[in-house]
Amino acid sequence: MSINDKIVSDFEQNNVEFITTVPCKQLAGVIDKIDKSERIFHIPSNKEDEGMGLCAGAYMGGKRSAIIMQNTAIGVTINTLATLIQYYHFPLPMLISYRGELGEPVACQVEMAIHTKALLAQMNIPTYHFHEADDVKEFDAILKHTFMCNKPTAILTDASFWSGVSATSEGVVK
Amino acid sequence: MIRSEVLKILIPVISDKLVVCNIGLPSQELHMLDDQPSNFYMLGTMGLSSSIGLGLALAQKEKVIAIDGDGSVLTNFGTLPTIANNVADNFILLIIDNGSYGSTGDQPTYAGKRTSLTKVAEACGCENVVECQAEEAVEVMQAALDSNQMTIIVCKCESGNIPVSVIKMDPVVIADRFMTEVQKRN
Ligand SMILES: [Mg+2]
Repeated sequence: MSINDKIVSDFEQNNVEFITTVPCKQLAGVIDKIDKSERIFHIPSNKEDEGMGLCAGAYMGGKRSAIIMQNTAIGVTINTLATLIQYYHFPLPMLISYRGELGEPVACQVEMAIHTKALLAQMNIPTYHFHEADDVKEFDAILKHTFMCNKPTAILTDASFWSGVSATSEGVVK
Repeated sequence: MIRSEVLKILIPVISDKLVVCNIGLPSQELHMLDDQPSNFYMLGTMGLSSSIGLGLALAQKEKVIAIDGDGSVLTNFGTLPTIANNVADNFILLIIDNGSYGSTGDQPTYAGKRTSLTKVAEACGCENVVECQAEEAVEVMQAALDSNQMTIIVCKCESGNIPVSVIKMDPVVIADRFMTEVQKRN
């Protein structure tokens, strides 16, 4: 099963039915598969804090929700995470493209990469870093954990994790 | 009429609906006037009332009214294209446009100057955008509810505030009470 298929299948198996996305090149394949999934309502948002508002509303409407975004969005959403998602105890898996790590071609991306884990740690957000293709095997457990404890969780997926995937959209989990 | 008076005359038509209410004075006023399990009060996060309301409307069947302000919509402008492109006919966005940032001391907003939120909403692709004066709020809201179509109401009113106390309910209680009510109705 490809990484993208595994991620979408885990969302579906965990009844995540409402997903908002702000695009990233690394995430293009998974966003495309989410858009095509019949079990998931896909709603692109214009900014990540807006997306978290949509997710909070959908969750209160009885649908498990999730957000897909770049790590630069952590800088955008600190207030929303603190005063909406964490304050009201809403669960929110955040599947994050971890730009600015090894293999990054764009220097500016490194500037937020160096703050990403520190900000997540400061916010007491459980954080998982997918570096090898096989790390995706934990995704199912992370989703279950998120909806067990009603917290936002961050899944950072770096270029090494995605290597070979974005070119073919079919990286394979061994 | 000022915002609290608009909310007061609207109570009979919105009291039994699911209401997502904007941060600050609007939530405090609604809480004081008509606290209901069907009200979700925002205690933080300026700008996201319309987003929370849309997410809620898309996820379940009951009618949802999101009460927003001109300043808050300006803060989260990206919401209007998202609303326009993801139509939920059980969703009404009520923008109470008093041309000022009421909760922070009535500093003027651009919506009170050259920027028309009605025209912006239309330009973003929203259908059924209705601009009205405060005195027409009840009639326009009732018509929107009866239409069973997603509607954006831009209700113009005067700026000004009444003394009102902060909401002391715990956020987790607000959310839990609201979610129980949503579940009961679906
Ligand atoms: Mg205002």
